[in-house]
This record gives sequence, C-alpha cells and structure tokens, in this order.
Amino acid sequence: MASTAEPILQVSGLVKHYPLTRGIVFRKQVGAVKAVDGVDFALGKGETLGIVGESGCGKSTVAKMLVNLERPTAGEIRFKGEDITKLSGKALKAVRRNIQMVFQDPYTSLNPRMTVGDIIGEPYDIHPEVAPKGDRRRKVQDLLDVVGLNPEYINRYPHQFSGGQRQRIGIARGLALRPEVIVADEPVSALDVSVQAQVINLMDRLQGEFDLSYVFIAHDLSIVRHISDRVGVMYLGRIVEIGKDAEIYDHPTHPYTQALLSAVPVPDPEAREHRERIILTGDVPSPTNIPSGCRFRTRCWKAQERCALEVPALAVPAEFRLTTGPTAHDSACHFAEEKQVVPPEDPSDDLAKGRE
Amino acid sequence: MLLEVRDLQVEFRTRDGVAKAVNGVTYGVDAGETLAVLGESGSGKSVTAQAVMGILDIPPGRITGGEILFQGRGLLKLKEEERRRIRGAEMAMIFQDALSSLNPVLSVGDQLGEMFVVHRGMSRKDARTKAVELMDRVRIPAAKERVRDYPHQFSGGMRQRIMIAMAMALEPALIIADEPTTALDVTVQAQVMELLAELRREYHMGLILITHDLGVVADVADRIAVMYAGRIVESAPVHDIYKAPAHPYTRGLLESIPRLDQKGQELYAIKGLPPNLMDIPPGCAFHPRCPMARDVCRTDVPPLYEVDEDRGSACHFWRECLHGLDG
Amino acid sequence: MPEPLPQEPFKSGGGRAPEDGVIAATGMGGAMDLATSEGETLERGPGPGDGPSGRPRSLWSDAWRDLRRNPVFIISGLVILFLVVISLWPSLIASGNPLKCDLAKAQEGSQPGHPFGYDGQGCDVYTRTVYGARTSVTVGVCATLLVAILGSVLGGLAGFFGGFWDSFLSRITDIFFAIPVVLGGLVLLSVVTSSTVWPVIGFMVLLGWPQISRIARGSVITAKQNDYVQAARALGASNSRLLLRHITPNAVAPVIVVATIALGTYIALEATLSYLGVGLKPPTVSWGIDISAASAYIRNAPHMLLWPAGALALTVLAFIMLGDAVRDALDPKLR
Repeated sequence: MASTAEPILQVSGLVKHYPLTRGIVFRKQVGAVKAVDGVDFALGKGETLGIVGESGCGKSTVAKMLVNLERPTAGEIRFKGEDITKLSGKALKAVRRNIQMVFQDPYTSLNPRMTVGDIIGEPYDIHPEVAPKGDRRRKVQDLLDVVGLNPEYINRYPHQFSGGQRQRIGIARGLALRPEVIVADEPVSALDVSVQAQVINLMDRLQGEFDLSYVFIAHDLSIVRHISDRVGVMYLGRIVEIGKDAEIYDHPTHPYTQALLSAVPVPDPEAREHRERIILTGDVPSPTNIPSGCRFRTRCWKAQERCALEVPALAVPAEFRLTTGPTAHDSACHFAEEKQVVPPEDPSDDLAKGRE
Repeated sequence: MLLEVRDLQVEFRTRDGVAKAVNGVTYGVDAGETLAVLGESGSGKSVTAQAVMGILDIPPGRITGGEILFQGRGLLKLKEEERRRIRGAEMAMIFQDALSSLNPVLSVGDQLGEMFVVHRGMSRKDARTKAVELMDRVRIPAAKERVRDYPHQFSGGMRQRIMIAMAMALEPALIIADEPTTALDVTVQAQVMELLAELRREYHMGLILITHDLGVVADVADRIAVMYAGRIVESAPVHDIYKAPAHPYTRGLLESIPRLDQKGQELYAIKGLPPNLMDIPPGCAFHPRCPMARDVCRTDVPPLYEVDEDRGSACHFWRECLHGLDG
Repeated sequence: MPEPLPQEPFKSGGGRAPEDGVIAATGMGGAMDLATSEGETLERGPGPGDGPSGRPRSLWSDAWRDLRRNPVFIISGLVILFLVVISLWPSLIASGNPLKCDLAKAQEGSQPGHPFGYDGQGCDVYTRTVYGARTSVTVGVCATLLVAILGSVLGGLAGFFGGFWDSFLSRITDIFFAIPVVLGGLVLLSVVTSSTVWPVIGFMVLLGWPQISRIARGSVITAKQNDYVQAARALGASNSRLLLRHITPNAVAPVIVVATIALGTYIALEATLSYLGVGLKPPTVSWGIDISAASAYIRNAPHMLLWPAGALALTVLAFIMLGDAVRDALDPKLR
C-alpha cells in the first residue's frame, strides 16, 4: 500500500527536550527531559504508520509535534516537502487544516459545555473559508452520519454518549476540515474491548473513503499490527526498529522489539506452554539521564562494551544489507539478529476452523 | 471449595435510580486454582470481588441476596469484626492502581510491617525484618536498603510488587487481583504476572484474577467466568473457552480482538453498547447485541445451562453457538 | 484439567484465518457492518449520565436541580432575597427616617410602633437596622464584583500564559496574603476622610483580589490541560477563542463559589472596620457603626446591640451557607 512517490510527511532529526528549571521568578536550567531525541520516519500517502512503545518513550510527544501542539527543539517535519516547524500565523493555520489529531481520552477531549454540533462545527468557525455559514449544520450532520452516529444528536452534550460514541465524535471533528493526515494518539486504549473493534473498523473504513494517511500511536501491539502498513518501535525517545508490519512482527531483529513482542499476552492458552518469553529486567531509565551509546543496553541481554560507546544508527544492519528478505529493514542494534518470538499460527488450528 | 459465591446480588442506589450491578453471580475457586473473571467495565466483576472481600461501600451499595462461603463459613452472616480478621490474614486483595493504594507518607517497610504488627502482634523491629524478607520474596532488588523508601520512589512495576508483597504477607488462602497489570507496560506486565503465578504455586493459594484482557487470561488462568451485565454468561476451563466459546458474547469478544500473530481484514465488532445497569434489557441481557437472538431471548432469562461437567453457558442456544451453526 | 479433545470438531473461535474467514467474516462481520452504522444509531447508548427523559443536561442545569432540592439553599436564598429587596426599597417595611432622632427617647426599650426600641441618640433601632442592610449589601456586592473581576482576569491571564508574568503575579499575591487584613485596614483607612462607602470597598478590593486570582489561576491551569483545549489549538483556534469558549466556561465554577463565600466575609469586614472607627462614618447608617455605639451600653440597653448584631450575623451566615450550597452543587467530585 505504501507508495514509492514522495512521502506526504517526512520527519527528520526530530528532537524535543523539556528544560528542567530551578528558581522562583528568574529560572535557570538545570537539566532536560529528553522526551524525543532524534526521530526520523516517512509517511506515504494512504499509508498507516504505527508507532509503538511503552509509556514515557516519547510517542505522544511526537504526535503533538506533528500537529504543532509542541514546537520541536530541533529537526524538521516536512508536509509535502514544506517544513512546518518554522511556520506561524496564516501559513501555520493552513497547514493545520491538513494534519488533524484524534485524542486518546474521549472523556477529556470534548468540551463538556459544548453541544456535539458546536464541537464538530468548531473547525468551520476557525476556518470559515471551508464551509459557508448556512451550510455548516448540514455538514456537521453529514459527519455524524459518516462516523455512524444519528445526525439528530447534534444538540446533545458529550456526557450523554458512551466512550465509543464520544470517540466517534472526536473522529468526526478531526475529519471536518478534510485533512490528508490524521495523527491518532492511543485512540482506542480508553475503550472497552467490544467497542475498540467498532472504532478500529470505523477508522479503517474512513481511510479509504477520505483518502487519509494515518500515524497511529499505541502501546497495544496487536492493534497496531491490525491497522498498520508499517510499524516503528520507540524506546526512550528514539525509534529503534522500523519496517513493514510483517518485517517487525515476524522477523524482528532488535532485542527490544523481540522482548516487547514476546511479552504480549496472546489470547490462546495453548500457546502458553511452548512460547518463549523474554522477560526484561529492570525499568526504563529516566529520560533525564539517558544511558550512553545504545539507550537500551541497560536492559539488554546482548549488551557488550561497544554498546556503551557507540550509538547504533537506525539503518539496515550490516549482516542483512545484502539480503532482500524481510530481515533487511532498519534496526538500531550493533548485534542485530533475527529471532522469531511470535509463534506462527498453528496449522492444525486452521484445519479445525475450516470445518465450521 | 475454598471460596464459593452463590447467587450473589448487589445493587447501588443512586439519585437517578437503582443500578443492579450484580444479578445472581455464582462461582467458586479451589485452593491452588486461578479463576479469571472476565468482563468489560460495568459488568459487575469488581463489585462481586468487593462483596467477597467485604469492602463494598454500603451505602450506596447493598447486598440484596445470595451467600458467600469461604472455607465453609458464610461470610455475609459474620460480624464486621470477624470479617475484618479474615481480611488481610486469610484473603487479600491487589488493586490496579498501586500508587493510590499505598499510603504516601509511610515508608513501604512500615506499611508491610504494619500487617505483622496488627494481625500477629509482632514488635516493630521483627516486623521490619519480615518486611525486608517479603520484599526479597517479590524480588525487589536491594530490599534491605529500599525498605525505608516511600512509595513514590518506586517505579510502577516495583509498586505493584510491593502491593503483592503486602497481600502475601500473612500467607492468605485466597488472593483477589483486580486488574493488577492494567496500568503497567507490557514488559513490566509480564514480570508481574509471572511473579503472581509463581507465588500462587508456591503457597498453593486460590487466585481470582479480575481482568478485561483476554490475553492475560489465556496466559495464567485455569478457569474463566465471563461476566456481562452483572451475571456470569459463561464459565469453563480456559482451554475449552478459547477453542469453542459456548456463549455469543464470549465468542464476540474473542473475535473482536486483533491478534499479534495474524493480520486480519475487518475485525468482528459486537454491535451496540453494554447495557445501562438501571435498565437491563428483559430476558437475556445480551439479546440487543446478539447476532443469534430469537424471540425467546427477549422474554426468558437463560439459566446457566450445563454444557459439560465443569462448564456452563447462559445462552438458550449454546449448542448452536458451540457447534457454530449460526453462520 | 480434563483434556478438551471432545470439543475439537466444533471449534469456531479465531475467525481470522482465511478458510473460515469467508463464513465468519461475511456471516457475522457483514451483519455487523450494518449494525455499527445502523444498529448503534438507532439504539442510542444509555450512558450513565443520561437523565430518564434524555433531555440535555449541563453542569449548570444539574447544579440548579441540586440546589432546588437543598433546604440550606432555599433558606439562605430567601434570607438574601429579603435583604436585597429591603436594601433596594427600605421604605417597604420601615416608614421612619433613620437619621431622625429624638434624644429624649435615648435608650428606651421596645414600644408600640418601635419594636426594637431606641438607641443612644434616640434613633429608632428598627429603622436603622433596616437601612443598615443597604450599606452592608452595597459594600458586599460591590467589593465582591470588583474583586471577582479583577482577580479572575489577572489570575486567569497569568494561568493561561504562564511564564515570567505568572511568577511575578504569584509573588505579588504572596505579599498581599502576608498583610493582616484588620491591621492593614486600621493603617490605610485611618488617613481617609471621605464618609462614602468607596474607600472601604477600595480597601477590600486591594486586599481581596489575590484570593480570587489564585483560585482563578489554578482552575484555568487545570482547564488548560484538558485535551479539548489541545484539540481546539490543533484546529488553529486563537488564544481569545481558547480562553472565552473553552477555558472560561470550565474554570468559572470555583471562582463563583469562593466569591459567594467572600461576600459574607466582606460584610463582616465592613462591620468590623466600622466598629473600629476606620470604616464607614456617620451619617452613613451601618450595622458596624451601630454596634460600636451600642457596645458602651451593653449592660443597660442590650437591645441596642442585639438587633444590628443579629442582623449582621444572619446576613453573613446566609451568604456563607449559600456559598456552601453552591459549592456542593458545582463540585464535580461530589457527583
């Protein structure tokens, strides 16, 4: 699905450091939280890029920078070739129309004092050139219909809806300006299991209908695999491995990815006996004090001296550079090697299912 | 049976009406067994556990029927004082949010030691030694040095270990873990679940694991009880339920989660929304969302049919569901 | 655990393998697709916040529903309503003139037509108590309004923009908090000669705004962090839009609560200052002045003290009770 043409979004060297300050009126900097510390990726048109990682890895900060809610400390975000990090005023407002966000928590992302109509219609108030005034109500009702809600709910308040319905409202608001890119930050993690699937299917359907490109950020690896064409794995402010979904899930070469995948509980009790678990020791280091060299080395079972000295680059590892197979994808590890941690589906399973 | 809950009913009085949170729940756990209680928010899984522990907020909560037998004793008939003695010593609970379950102004050593001082009448000094021992047992590194630290100085995973240590302190016969790993990252989640499973084996405890995560259940449970709208809709050994669910709700849940090892097309999604507990649909509570619903489902509440010797399903058409004749 | 072999042939789980996907996905998934777009729209989700009638409910209408059921609110509301009416039209219930006094009747007790008796100057205590309400209500309402406006604008802007001015303002409020109110009043107001209510109101605003400013700053910071503010910002909303449309409506409740309670304390403060001789001065009619004058005769003629003091206590109590009731109704944590 990924096109080889120019990517719609190209991120390079993205950095966000939050200064730690002391002082009451006049502050002085005493350190920095390195939330994002050099992230590169590209998003093709119509593609879904999944970004996974544990809490505190900086994935949400990346999302905020993509929609210009945070200014990067360094680096570029190119939307169709134009660096949007330096924009302001009218030009910024115009770009914002094209990159919209869906938030994690449907309970805090909708203003409780506004009706659904006002919430979904607000984009038109801010960008009046998109829709003439008389047309707005109808447009809002169309959007409600598109996301599977009754258009008659236009005058209701957010608290009259369930979590899943609220998330649909949030998606409708994101669609109002007909953006080309949607950044979704954990859009289903606050929802019940049975409702998650509804919202994921909706996002899938809208992608085709509105020709959208998604950056889909989540901690749930199964959901990311389901929706993404390509996946990037983040650890402590950096992408450690990125590639097509099958490359990452079936042929991971970075030890962190392997540990992450092996830790995911699989809803199959048969798998529990013959599944190999990589249980990482310790906790993620603090982003104010990132280990030298490879940032994963403090928890890595393969770490050697080289890992403390040299920062591994995010590129196809030397040993796979000449191959063309699924292992030849970017992985920031000095000792990258393939390890299958997600058991391939049991063939006898398929047989049993086939009888249905 | 270590613990038996029989036909438990709990309701909450709110200003908008009476919410029927638990409507006749029956389940049991043996010593050394792990029972997973699976359900979405509002299914009554946590309320049932709170009633078992005796920590239900009354009012607004009210137990309107049923009984809870723990080692043969009817807990609901006991005096508060007797129940308090059972809590902590014979059954203990682990909560989702370890940070808010620990007292921020007491060191973890003091909080762990408290258990021994209160229930066992130990001296402060002996209790401190016991606390270090416990922290060692849940594999907190450098326990001796860290026993004086405060909860906020520990990471999320370590705090959850401290909660587990506290629950384990008096070697209870039953542990109830309410979403113990939901707030944790996957890699830490795996560590904590493994620890729990190990301790359960070592002490031959009964474990009730309350969760919404089908993956976690498949990893550790022996039996599953699936709850919906305050009732058990299916109860079965873990292998059976994943192979062939006998209730359309279980089946919907299983099919609606994306899999790590497969990239699917469209996910199956259970239509509609969980019911309002103040206005539970008549008949089978699941019927408005059920693809198999027929007339009888709208009028008759299905009993827990016996599917197998140790397996039950509250669906009038469990046979069709089990044998997949509905598609 | 019994071996679950018998179930094997009837296996229907999974649902994602291509072989059975044809049946499961078209059979159930297909029906499902209709259901998500139609089913859910038709059977609307009964959320926990749903009223039985399903009519729109907001914080304000919820609060109002709560208040109407609260006897504390009804009683204090009626007392305040009565106070406001008599301070606007005191002649409705008192036909005399509070400044028309007859020394010959000084300190006389209750008699027909003059239920509260006479004070040390021979003025009718009933008339003066009624007219005193006007002063108290004027001072309380004006001081509260000015304090609320000044405090919430300064605190709100500081909270919204943050940075240097926020730190600066926070330190200033700290300094003001350090000033003892009564001592400050004694010092500052002793140099004022005007006999109107304005110097007293001015003093209250000077010392009162930091309290509201701090509350407003805090609640704006809380509201600012909500995702819906971020969402509006991501849409390109201007700062004034964020403040007026998204932050203010969600941050105003605590300010209202604190201001209502403060109103009662301002009335008490006015009486205190007047009692100490630095607040209002005759010929202004004020409960504080009357209490001060009467306190010298507390043994011989307690009625002179009792009536204005009782009126003052009742008024202050009514406003504080109202503030309490409003807080209970607006505090989402209690819901």
